[in-house]
Amino acid sequence: MAFGARAQMAQIRVENLSKTYRIAARDPGLAGAVRGLFRRRYRDVAALNNVSFALERGELLGLIGPNGAGKSTTIKILSGILRPSSGHCDVDGLIPWEQRIAHVARIGVVFGQRTQLWWDLPITESFDLLRDIYRVDAARFASTRERLVEMLKIAPLLDTPLRQLSLGQRMRCEITAALLHTPTILFLDEPTIGLDAVSKLALREFVKELNRTDGVTVILTTHDMHDIEALARRVLIIGNGRLLRDSSFESMRSEILGERRLIVDFASDNDDIASHGATIRARDGRTVEYAFDPARIAAHTLIASIAAAHDVIDIRVEDPKIEEVIARFYALHGAVES
Amino acid sequence: MTAAILPYLAILRARFILMLQYRAAAFAGFATQCWWGVIKIMVMAAFYAGAAHQPINLAQAITYTWLGQAFLALLPWQADAEISEAVESGNIAYERLRPVDTHLLWLVRAAAMRAANTSLRLVPMFIVAAVLLPLAGLAEWSWRLPPNLAAGALFAVSITLAALLSSGFTVLLNIAVTALKTRRAANIAPVLVTPLSGMIVPLVLMPAWSQPLLFWQPFAGLVDIPYRIYFANLTGVGALAGLAAQALWIVLFILIGRAWMNRVMARVDMQGG
Repeated sequence: MAFGARAQMAQIRVENLSKTYRIAARDPGLAGAVRGLFRRRYRDVAALNNVSFALERGELLGLIGPNGAGKSTTIKILSGILRPSSGHCDVDGLIPWEQRIAHVARIGVVFGQRTQLWWDLPITESFDLLRDIYRVDAARFASTRERLVEMLKIAPLLDTPLRQLSLGQRMRCEITAALLHTPTILFLDEPTIGLDAVSKLALREFVKELNRTDGVTVILTTHDMHDIEALARRVLIIGNGRLLRDSSFESMRSEILGERRLIVDFASDNDDIASHGATIRARDGRTVEYAFDPARIAAHTLIASIAAAHDVIDIRVEDPKIEEVIARFYALHGAVES
Repeated sequence: MTAAILPYLAILRARFILMLQYRAAAFAGFATQCWWGVIKIMVMAAFYAGAAHQPINLAQAITYTWLGQAFLALLPWQADAEISEAVESGNIAYERLRPVDTHLLWLVRAAAMRAANTSLRLVPMFIVAAVLLPLAGLAEWSWRLPPNLAAGALFAVSITLAALLSSGFTVLLNIAVTALKTRRAANIAPVLVTPLSGMIVPLVLMPAWSQPLLFWQPFAGLVDIPYRIYFANLTGVGALAGLAAQALWIVLFILIGRAWMNRVMARVDMQGG
């Protein structure tokens, strides 16, 4: 990838970004609690450690990592909510936490577990309020709103207060709310959390469409690998505050997900099942699950070798579950918080 | 110009309308305030029966009490509930995603909350204490009108300043809640506000030596100063000094609030990895 060219025209530049939280700690027990009243001890926790990347206008970036990896911290710094402990970042030429007001007027943010709409207000009134808060021109607001309402199919919900909506309905309204001022960047922090399958699909379709037709840059964090698979052309994997990988989804898939599964139902119980150059991942009675790298051993060679040694009833080749592989990747890189 | 203040006006209007919906709470509050008003007036009458000479007379003390009940909702004894909830749920992050000045936004929101709550209670209290009581032959226990037009006009200015002062202090409470991440951070407020505003005992009835201190501390501007202006106990230079004290503390609360907010927002971690 031509990194030099990318850095030049990057919309978002992140350089050596670190964020350390100070967390009050105390010794256990009553004595510790009493001591804590007089002298507070603090423990430094590095949420983000020297993270650098650059992003071009119109990219669709997936940010993944286990809980506590630093995904939300990254989003909060990029959106101007948090100030990093060190490092630099600029978005469209602005430093988010220093030029916060100008910066946040140009971005849209959705936190999957939060709401930016007013709990007791009908959705349409919340939208009007956002129009005034973002100082959106009335005519432009009307056309943006009309288009979003149609794309996200929320027309029947507009007169209902937020508190009476289901999670899926709410998320569609939240996304509309984040886009009413036509931001050039959309941050989605776990937008599909808790959504049913239909809502997830609709949401992915919408985000893809928005990115394609409007050129909106999208940064997405999620734990749902299907979100990443459906949306992200580029993936950053973060673990323990460090950037572990920055690659296209396709190359991540072939490198990390390069493994294939071969599931074999044997005709009889065998104790002497060999690995035939693959790895035995699991065994359940007469069913054995092999893992193999197609670059090293071709599927037909492996199948021929197994079939030559034993009586076989059925053979299936599968991709490993993406969650499983990602979990192994995290474990391998010590990414999971202790 | 209009574009600059548009967001704040929008929030002010929305919040005001929203608060007006809480009629049931306002009605319950009104009933409680009538009851407390009666008790306070009885205590005041007992006190005056045994006292020789006081800086304000019984009729003024009674009017003071009714004013206190009518404008009770103006007092800043808790943080903005919306912001407390946002702090505890993590929604507070969205406050920083608005392209507006957060301190001014919170100030406007607090002002809308206090104004809406007060206007819901003010009118019925006036009807009961200033209109119905005299009609029932209890004129000596009633809420009297200001003695002259000038006192009434000065009171209008002073009570507006009291609302701003209250809002400025509410924002300080909001920031404390944000910094400590619990609404209990605002529990200090009633302890300071209730006695020091003159809500329990009119500050003028306190010992003479304490008068300058009580007059210039921030909370006198919430109750004692505007009410004494109302029944012309504070006039001329005294009234102007009262307005100056209110203005002084409004400015200080805002300056302190802005500096403190910058510090807190730079450090607060806003929950979650």
